[in-house]
Amino acid sequence: MTSLLAKYLPNVANLGWGGDTGWGTSIWQTIYMTFWPAIFGGILGLIFGVVLVITKPGGILENRFWFGFCDKVVSLFRAVPFIILLAFIAPFTQLIVGTQIGTTAALVPLSLGVFPFYARQVQVALESVNEGKIEAAEALGATNRDIIFDVYLREARSELVRVSTVTLISLVGLTAMAGAIGAGGLGNTAIAYGYNRFNNDVTIVATILVLLLVVIIQLVGDWLAQRLNHQSR
Amino acid sequence: MANIIDLDNLSVTFHQKKGTDVKAVQNVNLKVEKGDIYGVVVYSGAGKSTLVRTINLLQKPTAGSVTVAGTVLFKDGQQQVDNKELQEKRRNIGMIFQHFNLLNETTVAENVLFALKHSSISDDEAEEKVLKLLDLVGLKDKANAYPVQLSGGEQQRVAIARALANDPEILISDEATSALDPRNTNQILDLLKDLNKKLGLTVVLITHEMDAVKRVANKIAVMQHGVIVEQGNLRDVYLRPKEELTRQFVGGSLAAIETLRAFDLGHLAPNEQLFQVVFSAANVTKSIILDLYKQLGVDVSMLYGNIEVLGDEPVGTMFILVKGDQKELDSVVHLLKGKDVEVTKIDDRGIWND
Repeated sequence: MTSLLAKYLPNVANLGWGGDTGWGTSIWQTIYMTFWPAIFGGILGLIFGVVLVITKPGGILENRFWFGFCDKVVSLFRAVPFIILLAFIAPFTQLIVGTQIGTTAALVPLSLGVFPFYARQVQVALESVNEGKIEAAEALGATNRDIIFDVYLREARSELVRVSTVTLISLVGLTAMAGAIGAGGLGNTAIAYGYNRFNNDVTIVATILVLLLVVIIQLVGDWLAQRLNHQSR
Repeated sequence: MANIIDLDNLSVTFHQKKGTDVKAVQNVNLKVEKGDIYGVVVYSGAGKSTLVRTINLLQKPTAGSVTVAGTVLFKDGQQQVDNKELQEKRRNIGMIFQHFNLLNETTVAENVLFALKHSSISDDEAEEKVLKLLDLVGLKDKANAYPVQLSGGEQQRVAIARALANDPEILISDEATSALDPRNTNQILDLLKDLNKKLGLTVVLITHEMDAVKRVANKIAVMQHGVIVEQGNLRDVYLRPKEELTRQFVGGSLAAIETLRAFDLGHLAPNEQLFQVVFSAANVTKSIILDLYKQLGVDVSMLYGNIEVLGDEPVGTMFILVKGDQKELDSVVHLLKGKDVEVTKIDDRGIWND
């Protein structure tokens, strides 16, 4: 196997498994840079998404100020290209994690890069919950808290899983850019060790590995969304 | 008896960015007594359910006041209770909807349990109560099913169980049978009536189906363009509609008018008179026409006859053509009135001018 790899994909074999440039390391870095921003950006996005829905005109806690605020923040962060965001918020990154370069430093821009995207997705998912269900809950004397957790989030759960899957996949895409601030990962391997060194085999293998990760996320997401869905026969 | 729901001079106006304001409800007075099944028939107009939604303030009125079970909820353009109190008051007002509005991601039992979330009873008691409520609506065996697995009628039953979870005094039905087929519609209506009898539940029913109201209500209001054009006891309004609109809307009369038109009776001879005769349960089985002939010797022919059930009570309507002089015609009226039969001279009501 190893000799076969060395014969047909010499540059791939040369990178090895462990070490700074190894495949194992870059796979791990990609997973690490997907996981934590998914948690931080996910929570932030969920909060913004919920606030957008409940404070919108006609929402259960209609509030022009907070709706406008969240809407602007989300729009602003979405408008900044990620590669620029990486550099732009470097001082802020320094403040939070104590460094501007490396894999951990990438967590901050990745979280901030993914949250507005997720917030919009959550907003759309929650707005798919029929107005009538909210009204029925209000008629039953439900509190706003009940409506957020038991109606909005619960009724939209399948849709939330679906948009989370989409977001996670787009997050994997963003991690490929994090190489720009020395964060490593499969994207960096494909560019730095593959493209830049004319080692096309490395680029191809790195791409296949990213695709594999995306496919796994998609399959798990689809399965879970299907399982949680009782909206139609 | 004190009114359990008192809507006083209520108006709801929707301001639109473009065009004119929509006056969905205008100066409506609606008094519902405890134990009533009050049918509000909306013939046309925007915001069909706007009026009933003001009862639990899902819709804030523009003007007027809302008093429910002795508490003023809304007055002088202001909500009179804080939100927490309003939530508590709402638990005393069950509501069911045209599209059921169940939570699809929870089971039938959990849907009912959701309503009990702020109840003071223990978890065990709550679960017991859920089963009792599902039993009441005949769905005990579906407790663990998801709403989507049920038929429309069954879903509406779940919605009723949910609406009744907090033992409300009032149940509002917002077009609750409009999305159901006739059989399910009747079953749901009968269930509402049953609950009204068993639990003393006050029901307010908004619908465009006169048949629904006829089947269960004891009082009726007819609305058009946001205005109540006629209201009162079902029997009175149904059998003696005063307004042109109501007359068209109460099915029996419209069918009668159509039938009479087909006879082409536009030109009656001077000695002929058309009467509408309305008689209640006691007279349904008696032969009124035969009595007229036997006792007065007048020539009576029946042009249209119909017996309907209003609430529990059969009510008959007939159109009869009587030949005779003025004295004989007067004595016909006199005799019928003596038998507790409602008589209306048809040309008084301008039936030919419709």
